[in-house]
Amino acid sequence: MAYPADLKYTKDHEWMRVSSDVAEVGITDYAQEQLGDVVFVELPDVGRRVNAGEAFGSIESVKAVSELFAPAAGEIIEVNPALKDHPETINTKPHETWMVRMRLADPGAIGALLDSAAYEKLISVS
Amino acid sequence: MVPYAGWDMPVEYSGISNEHLAVRSRAGVFDVSHMGEIEIAGKNALAAVQLISSNDASLLQTGQAHYAALTTPDGTFVDDMLVYRMATSHFMLVVNAANTEKAFAWISEQIKTIGDVAAINSSNRYALIAVQGPAAREVLQPLTGVDLADIGYYRFGYGEVAAARATISRTGYTGEDGFEIFVPPNVADRVWQAILDSGRSADVIPCGLGARDTLRLEAAMRLYGNDIDETTTVLEAGLGWTIGWKKGAFIGRDRLLEQKERGTSRKLAGFEMIDRAIARQGYPVLSGGRQVGMVTSGTQTPFLKKAIGMAYVPTELHAVGAEIDIDVRGRVSKARIVTLPFYSRS
Repeated sequence: MAYPADLKYTKDHEWMRVSSDVAEVGITDYAQEQLGDVVFVELPDVGRRVNAGEAFGSIESVKAVSELFAPAAGEIIEVNPALKDHPETINTKPHETWMVRMRLADPGAIGALLDSAAYEKLISVS
Repeated sequence: MVPYAGWDMPVEYSGISNEHLAVRSRAGVFDVSHMGEIEIAGKNALAAVQLISSNDASLLQTGQAHYAALTTPDGTFVDDMLVYRMATSHFMLVVNAANTEKAFAWISEQIKTIGDVAAINSSNRYALIAVQGPAAREVLQPLTGVDLADIGYYRFGYGEVAAARATISRTGYTGEDGFEIFVPPNVADRVWQAILDSGRSADVIPCGLGARDTLRLEAAMRLYGNDIDETTTVLEAGLGWTIGWKKGAFIGRDRLLEQKERGTSRKLAGFEMIDRAIARQGYPVLSGGRQVGMVTSGTQTPFLKKAIGMAYVPTELHAVGAEIDIDVRGRVSKARIVTLPFYSRS
């Protein structure tokens, strides 16, 4: 699967789709493949403020649980309600399935994240 | 692939859920060659098996198998195993891969004084392929001259499968009908491929360790290292039905009898999550804010689509319908005790 150029990526295998100061956050195709069948997603409450790198939820597959880390600082403004009944869309459409929307504390800081080429390079060596 | 008891094992081929559902609806094929085989033979083979096994092997006819505990003097598990009666004075024990060396050393030591009996670790002589699911028989039948309908549940027979010399056993670790086929390792590839080819039109697929674990959990089959080990007794594990009380002495019998009369202070229970959470191995079971037990196995199961698991709980909490709290990574989540197994085929 191709890694869309309009997304920003983290070393923790999450992506952000940013438009002005709001970002959608999801996990990458590489991450979902490592996890296997996703069966449960635990997301933060709307209104919670998180720091970059803070564990703010978890994602569970049949075989394991992994923490979700906030890719940037900000406030959670929405969680994807569809994931409650259909967490498997994270497997089938990883780059379209956002988990939370957050208002970024510092939209300028996302420049430090990886672009798609850098992310593809990262996963090719892991 | 993951390292597993000295073997490289596939966790999944096409996805755990997909493989799990294939076994429940059609059939799946598992390479379980890692399982250990220990054979006990000689004039006193029955006496030897009776000494080391919880179950009563005198009840086995030739061609029949049963589940049993390989017990310690404390009535706990050196391992769990299937005991096959190959002939009047010849048994084969199928044990867990990680325990094969330990079990073999244990058995050899215990039977030393019996005389006229030998135990050999014949694990290297067998590859083991499991075909599990409602379509297992029709997939396997075209590959063998043995009429599989003649092999009853927990019975086995000999014949050829895909032109390989085989022991065909109607057993499994999935809660479905199916067969486990012992073949010489040098032809295992061919047999594996022949089964997949035969099953192609029925959409039979290869399955890995992941689905094996979720399938056995739905069927409430215990997993050594999770649900049972050297610290849990046969009675605590809810496996009292594997104890042949009438056969007389066996290792651990005294302690188990004492525990049976006195009652166990804890028992393995099945639970379903009430709150939205998945309780996994090692998570504490709480009562009144205090840890009183531990989850031994747990996942979200693909077929039942529920978060289920097994846990040791104090006997007073071991009642169907009782609610327990489980510490799921710092969050207290409610679960309900349910009847085992979670799944049984109709």
